[in-house]
Amino acid sequence: MTNTDNPAVDLENLESQISQLKSSFDELKKDNPSNKLSMVVFSGDLDKILAAFVIATGAVAMGMEAVMFFTFWGTPVLRAKNKRPGKKDIMSKMFGAMLPKGTCEVKLSRMNMAGMGTAMMKSLMKKKNVASLEQMLEMAEELGVNIFVCEMSMDLMGFKREEMIDYKNMTFCGVAKFLEEAKDSRIQLFI
Amino acid sequence: MTENIQIKKTMDLKGLPCPMPVVKVSKGIKEVDVGEVVEAITTDPGALSDFPAWARTSGNEILKTEQDGKTIKFYIKRNA
Repeated sequence: MTNTDNPAVDLENLESQISQLKSSFDELKKDNPSNKLSMVVFSGDLDKILAAFVIATGAVAMGMEAVMFFTFWGTPVLRAKNKRPGKKDIMSKMFGAMLPKGTCEVKLSRMNMAGMGTAMMKSLMKKKNVASLEQMLEMAEELGVNIFVCEMSMDLMGFKREEMIDYKNMTFCGVAKFLEEAKDSRIQLFI
Repeated sequence: MTENIQIKKTMDLKGLPCPMPVVKVSKGIKEVDVGEVVEAITTDPGALSDFPAWARTSGNEILKTEQDGKTIKFYIKRNA
């Protein structure tokens, strides 16, 4: 007597095959990246950060989720202009004074020419209706772009959480959080 | 053909460069119901490739594109 002659055995086989398939499908689904963009913002240059925000806001418009990780030279750009950090050691004070405090102090990566180039670019952007970094940041917050800030960079340069901008979806984290997000993303960029 | 398209909402995006036209239209289309049409007017030359790419990715449909000099009009049906 073969299996096909016994409907009960046949059904049992089929059921176990289905459940095997289902579990391997679930496994595959878990590894399938989401419709998400993860970006490392390493640069502290006006042009590069602008590009990063254009891509992030564009991604949300395309129906994607966007995550930006600010690390190293990108970190000081998220400092609030009008917040006082309180007591700091000498090195932290030095870093704090030398690095841009917020989006309005960042410079072009090329043709800065002691600030002249940056000023010219900013006036050109205004004339051509290109959104400023401040406007991009506001737009990103409104669209729900997630910002993660590298805790190690902050500590290295002596920035405190109290001196960072108020941003709805801002989290302080380390490399593991970035990797978790990047692993789950269809697109990963380093800027 | 345009006469047959019922426009629910018109968005004037003239003078706005990348990424604003796409960002604004992605917000604006959510203000009409599924099946309704948004008319988007832009002067961004990049929009000619950007809008179709946005529509394909977001699952909406461009019914018609009209170009008059620098002005480009898109009729976008909300599908998603």
